[in-house]
Amino acid sequence: MTPPSIDNGEPIDLFSKSGSMRQRASLELSRTAAWFLACSTLLLVSYVLLQGYQGLNPSFILSRATAGTGDGMFDVHTAGVFDMVVGTVLLVFLMTLIVMPLGVITGIYLNEFAPQHTWTTRVLRSAVNNLAGVPSIIFGLFGVGFFIYFIGGSIDKFVLFTTTPVWGQPALLWAALTLAILTLPVVVISTEQALRAVPAGTRDAALAMGATKVQMLTWIVLPQAGPGILTGGILAVSRGAGEVAPIMFTGAAYYLAHLPNSLNSQFMELGYHIYVLSTQSPNIDKTRPLLFSTVVTLLLLTFLLNVLAIVARSWARRKQRTD
Amino acid sequence: MSASPKRQPEIPPNSFPDDLYADLCKREVITDDIAGRIMLALSTLSILAVVLIFVFVAKECLPVLTGQTSTVRSGKTIDPETAAKMPAEEIAAYLQQPVPTIRSLTPDVLKQLVALRNEELAGSKNSDDALNTTSWALMLMPHQWQGYSEPAYIWQPTSKIEKYNLVPLFLGTCKVAFIALVIAVPLALLAAIYVSQIASVRVREIMKPLIELLAGVPSVVLGFLALIALATIFQSIFHYEARLNSFVAGFALAFAVIPLIFTVAEDALSAVPRAHKDAALALGATEWECAWRVMVPAALPGIFAAVVLGFGRAIGETMVVLFASGNSSIMSLSPFDSVRTITATIGSELADAASGSAHYQVLFLIGGLLFLITFTFNLLADLAIGRLRSRIEALAGRETYSIIQPKAYSGDAAI
Repeated sequence: MTPPSIDNGEPIDLFSKSGSMRQRASLELSRTAAWFLACSTLLLVSYVLLQGYQGLNPSFILSRATAGTGDGMFDVHTAGVFDMVVGTVLLVFLMTLIVMPLGVITGIYLNEFAPQHTWTTRVLRSAVNNLAGVPSIIFGLFGVGFFIYFIGGSIDKFVLFTTTPVWGQPALLWAALTLAILTLPVVVISTEQALRAVPAGTRDAALAMGATKVQMLTWIVLPQAGPGILTGGILAVSRGAGEVAPIMFTGAAYYLAHLPNSLNSQFMELGYHIYVLSTQSPNIDKTRPLLFSTVVTLLLLTFLLNVLAIVARSWARRKQRTD
Repeated sequence: MSASPKRQPEIPPNSFPDDLYADLCKREVITDDIAGRIMLALSTLSILAVVLIFVFVAKECLPVLTGQTSTVRSGKTIDPETAAKMPAEEIAAYLQQPVPTIRSLTPDVLKQLVALRNEELAGSKNSDDALNTTSWALMLMPHQWQGYSEPAYIWQPTSKIEKYNLVPLFLGTCKVAFIALVIAVPLALLAAIYVSQIASVRVREIMKPLIELLAGVPSVVLGFLALIALATIFQSIFHYEARLNSFVAGFALAFAVIPLIFTVAEDALSAVPRAHKDAALALGATEWECAWRVMVPAALPGIFAAVVLGFGRAIGETMVVLFASGNSSIMSLSPFDSVRTITATIGSELADAASGSAHYQVLFLIGGLLFLITFTFNLLADLAIGRLRSRIEALAGRETYSIIQPKAYSGDAAI
């Protein structure tokens, strides 16, 4: 009698859980790969933190870009990051204001209203997915071509009748709009997931009580999906805070003497500042401690937001379980 | 509230008439209808965004595509005596000065400037002056440039004769992306198999967020680390010449791509019905056989999508390569030479290119090509995930397992 086999005649040892030598080796290999990735993430983060934590103190974060020179000039070797933090926060705040309503509404439409398996829905879904895969530098090009030259240029020409650019130049608003399009899919997809996690029975119950669909959504479904939707927003913010390529040409400045004071002023930004510091400095060894502190500031900002998202998610799950 | 189970009338399954349910569902409420329509209108912004990106990137590079852009410097000179009578625009182009400046000049000064320019041009006669370097032949084929010993592919937009050969940029992009994927794909897929199939629940709950945390590291930080630490370490190990090269860039890029490949593949594997695993184990398959020969084949379209999306991300990532690739457009297949990728070229040169100039248009052209390539790959991945979803729905009945979503396209911690 031949021993049982799956498909290629290889006999199977019914009492072994780990299998042949080769199988055990493959299994170990996959275990190693997973641990390698987990450990290298830890290593990477702790390396940056260890290198940069000394320089990270309130005075570094609160001192202006012109700090340390005494004559109000900008020197990359002594610059504080206050201007960059303000610029980043403003940018991300504006971006959130734009992307949240749009993304959440698109998510609600896709999950609650869109007729499934129709042509429009399929195109819409694949547009959202495709948008998520567009390289970030392309958003930068788009921001320049569309927001700055087309929209901004048109405002200058047909509304303000001026030849000196007011809106037709890199600006906070254009950078925020560019980032909003970049982060749109993140919000849409998390909103959809949050809505999908609300049990169908809750919906049916609300409808059976005679609620309209809008009532059901506003009173029953959205309150339950709230934390999940919030998670999407936080993820979008953390993504937006870390992106540099799209804002390089649409609004970020190498150096500005003053903080941004209107929607059409340029701004300094943490990620862009890291790029500037590490590529423009004539003496990289001198800027090194400062650079690491700036990187830690950025990393802490994005991680803080990520951790917030994770906490919000577990809170949402716990809430759903108790409901 | 807690009625005893005895009192509840027994409802036979499926007693609710299907046609009544359908009728109730059809009841239209005017507010719902309006809300649905407004939402549809706002949702189409996503479609609009994709279309607008394409239109506006294409619009800026259209003159190059249609052959209207020209870098030809005609040998024609302007006679200084007649210069004052000629249109200011023509003189401005000849002297390479802005029009208002020319208008503000007196005829005498203009005459002298034109004469000087004539001398300058006569002194620097170059047979390459007559070439339109934005023609397809010169952008794609090697050319015997003056001062070079043999025909070469050269990207040099800021030299006197602007050279726009795209081949070194595409080669560089492919080289870096290839190195990144060779490192990222096996690591991320093996880790996805381990985390979703083999690891215990406890290990899984530690490891998944940790790997996803990698997605939260901004690419500018990865690039910075490659520049400051990785490049030095690798140079002391491998003793190559160029400190920043495609190997360093590819290695750092791998860490930008891994979270994306990992999450998409892990999602696909986790979506395969649990019954498959149980059945395989019950038949006597080992853990690895079950994972490798049952679960992986079932999730294959999703794994394919993960790799395709990873490729799209690898060729589209900007900051890492801008920091770590060395940014010199050398035509070489060696991984230890510096390279210049499409994204890094746009990133470092767009700020210097005057709006509407040939250089600016060519940068938008390579951006547009990059967009087309990633668009195609995203579409492929989207189709693959659609296939995975219908396959899993067919395997398991649609109610239970229709959850797979391409949630991690953007490479974010999928939360």
